[in-house]
Amino acid sequence: MESFQEIIFKLKAYWARRGCIIQEPYDVEVGAGTMCPETFLRVLGPKPYRVAYVQPSRRPADGRYGENPNRLYKHSQLQVILKPSPNDVIEQYLGSLEAVGIDLRQHDIKFEEDNWEAPTLGAWGIGWQVMLDGLEISQFTYFQQCGGIDLDVVPAELTYGLERLTAFLQVKDSVYDIEWAPGFTYGDVRLQDELQYSVYNFEMAEVDTLWKLFDLHEGEAARLLAAYPKSAKEATEKARFPLLPAYDQVLKCSNLFNTLDSRGAISVTERVGVIQRVRKLAVGVAQAWADQQGSAQ
Amino acid sequence: MSLPFLLEIGTEEIPDWMIPGALESLGALFAGLNIPASNVRLDATPRRLVLRADGLPERLPDTEERVLGPPRAANPKAVEGFARKLGVRAEDLAVEATGKGEYFTYLRKLEGRKVIDILAEMLPGIILKITFPKTMYWTGKSGPRFIRPIRWMVALLGGDVIPFELAGVPSGNETAGHRRLGAARVSVTVGDYEERLRENFVILSAGERRSKIEKGIAALGVRLKSDPSLLETLVYLTEFPTPIMGEFDPQFLELPEEVLITVMRHHQKYFSVEDESGQLAPRFVAVMNTSADPESLVRRGNERVLRARFNDARFFWQADQRKKLADRVGDLAHVTFQAKLGSYLEKTERVVALVTQLGGDGHAQRAARLCKCDLTTELVKEFTELQGVVGGLYARAQGEPDEVWQAIYDHYKPVSMEDSVPRHTTGRLVSLADKLDTLRGCFRVGMAPTGSRDPFALRRAAQGVVKILVEGDMHISLPSVIGGDSQLTAFFEERVKFYFREVRGFSYDEVNAAIAAGWSDLPELEARLLRLQKIRPTPDFEPLAASFKRIKNILRQAEFSGGAFNPSFLEPGPESDLFNEINRSATQPIEAVIGALRPKVDLFFDKVLVNAPDPAVRANRLAMLHGLLEQFRTFADFSEIVTNS
Repeated sequence: MESFQEIIFKLKAYWARRGCIIQEPYDVEVGAGTMCPETFLRVLGPKPYRVAYVQPSRRPADGRYGENPNRLYKHSQLQVILKPSPNDVIEQYLGSLEAVGIDLRQHDIKFEEDNWEAPTLGAWGIGWQVMLDGLEISQFTYFQQCGGIDLDVVPAELTYGLERLTAFLQVKDSVYDIEWAPGFTYGDVRLQDELQYSVYNFEMAEVDTLWKLFDLHEGEAARLLAAYPKSAKEATEKARFPLLPAYDQVLKCSNLFNTLDSRGAISVTERVGVIQRVRKLAVGVAQAWADQQGSAQ
Repeated sequence: MSLPFLLEIGTEEIPDWMIPGALESLGALFAGLNIPASNVRLDATPRRLVLRADGLPERLPDTEERVLGPPRAANPKAVEGFARKLGVRAEDLAVEATGKGEYFTYLRKLEGRKVIDILAEMLPGIILKITFPKTMYWTGKSGPRFIRPIRWMVALLGGDVIPFELAGVPSGNETAGHRRLGAARVSVTVGDYEERLRENFVILSAGERRSKIEKGIAALGVRLKSDPSLLETLVYLTEFPTPIMGEFDPQFLELPEEVLITVMRHHQKYFSVEDESGQLAPRFVAVMNTSADPESLVRRGNERVLRARFNDARFFWQADQRKKLADRVGDLAHVTFQAKLGSYLEKTERVVALVTQLGGDGHAQRAARLCKCDLTTELVKEFTELQGVVGGLYARAQGEPDEVWQAIYDHYKPVSMEDSVPRHTTGRLVSLADKLDTLRGCFRVGMAPTGSRDPFALRRAAQGVVKILVEGDMHISLPSVIGGDSQLTAFFEERVKFYFREVRGFSYDEVNAAIAAGWSDLPELEARLLRLQKIRPTPDFEPLAASFKRIKNILRQAEFSGGAFNPSFLEPGPESDLFNEINRSATQPIEAVIGALRPKVDLFFDKVLVNAPDPAVRANRLAMLHGLLEQFRTFADFSEIVTNS
């Protein structure tokens, strides 16, 4: 039986052999691997890129105090970006399943339509959910637009739900029973996270403070975006301009929005408006980034 | 020589529901090429769209074209110039007599093009013109668009590859087998194509896949809840379908059947199984896209997934019970109905008021107040398609009276024209009020459907209102509850016409005739339509309808604008006879008067001049005819009836 970490090692090794940079998780809270700069910004522009990383993904509203065997506040995604997407991308993906010990001749695999859209990122793509014996184990997306920009080169994004995949391989009914490493279960490692963050997100997070933080991060991102040099003559200023730090501020806003939402603190009328505020910043960073990369060439 | 033709577009997995439409489109585009062909067959699996045909000619037949030159009397230089342009000598030209005199002509022979050349030129364009509801690009922003990436193409005419390229993929004679069971590259000919696919675990024909599923299920020896649309989905989601049966813990049968079936059907694409008495059994049938499950790995995997899903549902079911529906009304303030129309709490207030206005009793008002509360439950957040149903089930569990919980359960009905209306009046009133509120609100803030765009499904809502009023036999004045919006009134009139024409099968002129006499009470309109339909085939009806049309024209031409009728102006004979008949028929049902009225009307038009020289007599005749039309005004406008005469 492969442990959780063994499965991660094997998937990373598999994609490394196929030319991917193996990145470490991004160190700002995100709701999905897609939001990391390694995906959100790297898919923009014409430069080829290949990267794989495990990203802990936080969804405050999905927390269940560690009581639900399948639902987590923080789950782990293996995110793979292949830009441009190779012609045999599906075969490569299926090969990765074989690499972790799934004999596909013994199992049922289906690709069911599932198009992806992230309104706060101005991003969408076309693709499938990949079903293995009735279990959704991956999301497969051909990006079409990101940060409101039509992509020049179409990347394939493969997202594996690592807990689900491991529970499948280890034949476990509860995510907390899967073996993380010999002698340690997932529950040993993560149950406290699930409980404590559920208590915080649902009961104790202070709404006023979170709103203040939201405003501060939003203000900082907006300030930076407003300062991004407009003129083509300022090439040097453009090249050194801190867009990556500006994007971190956007990610902070996004996570605060999710926390406020799980706290039930966002009213009907506010909701659409707040999503728009985050989207405006994300789109602003994406456009400036595309410009910065373009002028660097 | 006639040749067989094979085109296979090999793609990544196409969404199942788009495939039949894509095939139809491909067939129409091929027919548009006007290449003679017989036995055209269209087939598809998720990974291939296929067109096969027989009897294509090797080349199109030669044709001739007569080119007209200068007149015979023209300057010889002009004649030579004409010949040179055609690449022939002046002696080769003929002289022909035309209507304008004698002219030089030349019969030019056009060689028919080779069909393989035509196909090589036209197929890429045809493939990209196949219509899909949504497309993508994959080679780059300026690259071709298709439903999913094209990975190979087989294009054969007889023994030859039709050469072309699309999205960087060259056409060839190699197809691909099943992703796991078949070979990745399989050489085929037109003759062995289907057989080679079969050897590689691809069943090309949808019909054959369907019967393989049906036979497999029969062999499992279970009775399924019939589900033709799920069967269709699975036919187009698989290349080599094989059904297997799994089981679940009977304990889950405590959960409402609606919830269990939704989880199985919508989320897992499983068929539900029933026992001899029609009750849900703790079993399911899944359809694999592979040949067998000898180790039961697939069965056990699916059973585990279902167990997790059912556990979730049970968790939600129990958690939701902790807060009664009645205590959730206030929470609706946090659920948006529509940005411009506020929250569901506001909608609820409006629906309660409207139900009361429609004559709803205390039960109806209670149901209206609770009907949207399930939107705040975990179960509905997870299984959106169960909204209404879940509310009804919770209301039942929380001791609400039958009238109330059933009204909540039914209030989204009818969801289609095939669906039934809510089971009793309380549910019908709540459903009407909910839909009317949505329609009134959306029209008020300028969100009426335009063309094919109808994001709020307002046509379906209005259609539902019409269906409930008619089939629920509800004598509610529709225009008075529409709220005086003329755009919405016109919209409803269209829906009423649509319902009686398309759903009920009345002919369009009968519908127009009956609606012209009013449509505020729909069951009453239905009754008139049924009577009209019955009298229409009687021999006197259509001639009388034609006369009514004539009367309407006469009145219009005379610019008749009313006027008193004076019986003393009547001439004895046909005119008086008609007047007496009109009087006699005034109190009779229409079925009883047609036979006697028609000959009197005919005779009147035969013998009497409406446009009499004396203006007073003329005005009096017009007034009488107008009175005749008026007599039937509340039944139908017969001049709308299309007659052969």
